[in-house]
Amino acid sequence: MFYNSIKKIFIQGWLPFTVITVIIITWQLSSMFFSIPSWLLPAPSVILEEAVTGFEAYIHHVISTINLTVIGFLIGISVGLVVAVMLHLLPKLREAFYPLMILSQNIPIIVLAPLLVIWFGFGMLPKIIIIVLVCFFPVAIATLDGFRQTSHELIHYMQMAGATKKQIFTKLELPHALPAIFSGLKISATYSVMGAVISEWLGANEGIGVYMTLASSSFRTDRVFVAILFIMVLCLVFFSIIITLEKMLIKWQPRGKGEKR
Amino acid sequence: MSHLMVENLSKSFGDHLVLDRLSLSVKEGEFVSILGPSGSGKSTIFHLIGGLEIPDSGTFYLNNEKINNKRGMISYMPQSPSLFPWRNILDNVVLGAEIKEKPDYKKAKEMLMRAGLKGYENAYPHELSGGMRQRVAFVRSLLSPQSFICLDEPFSSLDEFTRLDMQKWLLSIWEQERQSVLFVTHNIEEAIFLSDRILVLSTNPATVQSEFKIHFERPRAESLLLTPEFLSLKKEIYLALRGELM
Repeated sequence: MFYNSIKKIFIQGWLPFTVITVIIITWQLSSMFFSIPSWLLPAPSVILEEAVTGFEAYIHHVISTINLTVIGFLIGISVGLVVAVMLHLLPKLREAFYPLMILSQNIPIIVLAPLLVIWFGFGMLPKIIIIVLVCFFPVAIATLDGFRQTSHELIHYMQMAGATKKQIFTKLELPHALPAIFSGLKISATYSVMGAVISEWLGANEGIGVYMTLASSSFRTDRVFVAILFIMVLCLVFFSIIITLEKMLIKWQPRGKGEKR
Repeated sequence: MSHLMVENLSKSFGDHLVLDRLSLSVKEGEFVSILGPSGSGKSTIFHLIGGLEIPDSGTFYLNNEKINNKRGMISYMPQSPSLFPWRNILDNVVLGAEIKEKPDYKKAKEMLMRAGLKGYENAYPHELSGGMRQRVAFVRSLLSPQSFICLDEPFSSLDEFTRLDMQKWLLSIWEQERQSVLFVTHNIEEAIFLSDRILVLSTNPATVQSEFKIHFERPRAESLLLTPEFLSLKKEIYLALRGELM
């Protein structure tokens, strides 16, 4: 089983892996060949060196961001799920609040963030609010769609069988929406890292966002790239956690035609 | 014990009268088919009995109890199997029971075995063929606590060969259980092969136009399908239906 999954990663992963390798090699060679100054564009080797030697100095920033992201993400998706369930079960509420929900996504976060600091200070709260704001929407919309696309045949069967509204929801609509909920979660998981970094720009003591601002204002471009690297790694880790959970919970779906066994 | 009586059932959608003072009854342990062309309002009858829609007039009695506008009084098997894809076969067949009470898994397993579905308890619906999914759906309706079963063209989406197999299978199970069944179909042969009585429906609006009693002995075998009696009965019903259409 374990051996097989390694083999699968190898077989399916060699193409993107090759592409990334080629890009990094080209980057490395051109920095050396054109002698690009490292404050403009550091070579991958320089970035890697900084990532290793500066590890002790910046690791607390990464941990702080992970903390913030996880807390914000969990609150965000809970809000998203609760909102979706309420709007689904109470159609009047849905009518009233659906437009507001979409409007909430049209506020530029960059503009909103300083306002939140004015209102709530430099503590955790404004940062959490930003992450929640970017996280809840994908989950709420995906979940609502999942509820709405419940097969009519199955609803019909449940009604004929004399199921109550609560039974229809818990036995049919909720499990039916699970795949949709997970696609919302995947989007939210990647957004949450970005949300955390943006919220740290506003004013925080530590975090990848802080590290990044400090680095770029002192022309330590290599550190900016280290920060980018960590943001990407965090996104990937969160994403794969969600995918693992999805595979554990949804075993019943027929495999897609394109997917290799 | 379960017998159903429908009296003077009328229903119209807008200006369109679909059912006009339709009456029918199904006795205890009887297999009755409603035969009519597509679009004759056959499914509407079930929706009304099931309480999903409200009739303009008419009364339903199940075991002499009035069941107008009450949901969940009958066990229902729809046209498509309507299995829940995230439930395995065992969890699917107990669903009808689960809605009303605590399901009996032991009985369910036993029934699956009798239905020729042993070994599939833990499979998911998408892993089964169309015919097998219909079997699962039928087992689910047998296991539902309601003793009166309504079948809404359950085999119409299957190919000819699978359908015959399914009819034989259905008879073999039903002849042991002997529950009261109301079966809707547009297939004459199917109706004769399975039923004790056939009600031929007229269209626009639907009423019971004629009634045929089927006297063939049970258990019925496939060879019955080619006997002269069977074919002449088929011709008679065909003419009745055609006379209606012309």
